[in-house]
Amino acid sequence: MIATLRAVLSRELTLAARIGAGVELGIVFFLILISVTPFALGPDQKLLSRLAPALLWIAALLATLLGLDRLLQADEEDGVLDELMLSETPLELILLTKAFAHWLVTGLPLALLAPVLGLMLAISPAAMLPLALSLLVGTPALTFLGLVGAALTVTLRRGGLLLSVLVLPLTAPILIFGVSIVREAAEGRSFTTPLALLGGITLISAVVSPVAAAAALRFTRQ
Amino acid sequence: MTENSASPRQGAPNAFWSLANPGRFMGYSGTLLPWLAVITLALLSYGLYKGLFVAPADYQQGESMRIMYIHVPAAWMAMGVYSLMTMSSLGTLVWKHPLADVSQKAAAPIGATFTALCLITGSLWGKPTWGTWWEWDARMTSVLVLLLIYLGIIALWRAIDEPLRAARAVAIMTLVGAVNLPIIKFSVDWWNTLHQPASVFKKGGPSIHPAMLEPLLVMGLAFGFLFGCLQIIRMQAEIMNRRAERLALRQANAEA
Repeated sequence: MIATLRAVLSRELTLAARIGAGVELGIVFFLILISVTPFALGPDQKLLSRLAPALLWIAALLATLLGLDRLLQADEEDGVLDELMLSETPLELILLTKAFAHWLVTGLPLALLAPVLGLMLAISPAAMLPLALSLLVGTPALTFLGLVGAALTVTLRRGGLLLSVLVLPLTAPILIFGVSIVREAAEGRSFTTPLALLGGITLISAVVSPVAAAAALRFTRQ
Repeated sequence: MTENSASPRQGAPNAFWSLANPGRFMGYSGTLLPWLAVITLALLSYGLYKGLFVAPADYQQGESMRIMYIHVPAAWMAMGVYSLMTMSSLGTLVWKHPLADVSQKAAAPIGATFTALCLITGSLWGKPTWGTWWEWDARMTSVLVLLLIYLGIIALWRAIDEPLRAARAVAIMTLVGAVNLPIIKFSVDWWNTLHQPASVFKKGGPSIHPAMLEPLLVMGLAFGFLFGCLQIIRMQAEIMNRRAERLALRQANAEA
């Protein structure tokens, strides 16, 4: 079972690197989003610094949504999904692994890179590490919620837009707690409460969403 | 998912299952509907008359608070209909109840309409009372998110052609939404109190006067019956629609 999961993980990562949905491209997308905003808002340091946590979190949200519609659809098209569903390893664990691989390629690099980008947006030094921490803890939840959306829209030709419509309203709590960690830190207050809540949401979604996604796949692909 | 394949337990002496037969549903809901419509009309006219003409105006807000008699029941229904959809989804996934997905599909647009009505009347009420059409207040924001979830569910219904597959996908989405709604509500409350500790407005004062409470409850009941009527009409339409589609399919097959 462990061997299967490891194979799934390495397959996902190899695919991501070769199809051009790899780490570098996600980072470039993130960078572009961040550098486009000052054009729209004007190079006002004070304003940017106030908006920075929100901008980075919204950029993370969009970057996560980016490859989600292909997360299962590509496997559906070439028949791999049938193999995965027939395998002895529980589908839930396979989906969890796939989501984890997706996060390794999208969420993790963003979390690691966020302090540097925060620098460009004039974020206060005290908030740098909490920002990275909030993304590190919160972005897996985005991917997990997206996994449910990907499973529900897997058989649709143009599921991308519908996926966003389904998933985005559910991400409200993640955004709220993620941004409030950075805000609290920037104002020099303790941010353990939002951090704990965000961690809780991530853990809950790690348990619930693979089960929901597996159920969706079993029910809708017969 | 239809009357032909209706229930795996046709012979079971269980009222729950015999009511679930779509053919039988068409029968008893048809006789029930006129009665429900009459009750709805009576309750609506009594509640509106009491609320708009008899109940005293608020000493602070004046006549504008009368919109409460639409706004608050609409908010109740917005949440009530989602609970009904959640139960229907469980019915679809767990018991494969043949009417559950029909009920889920019928309820979604009605619930979305009640939610939109709640937001619109709230906005109209907010303008004279708080001086703004929209405020990013916790309550309004969570109702807005509820509306977005309703709309997502309706979009998912439309996206998948085959009723059975659509029903299951939507059922899972509804359940995920149901798990998430309390979290959203809670997080939004928390988000609000963090940034605006003292809200500008108070909700109707600490206790509501009996003269205002009575029409409010009547209106709540009226909205409940109104939903019952609309739900039955939409469920009947959906069942007929599926029959028509099946007939068309059969005809196409015969011709081919």
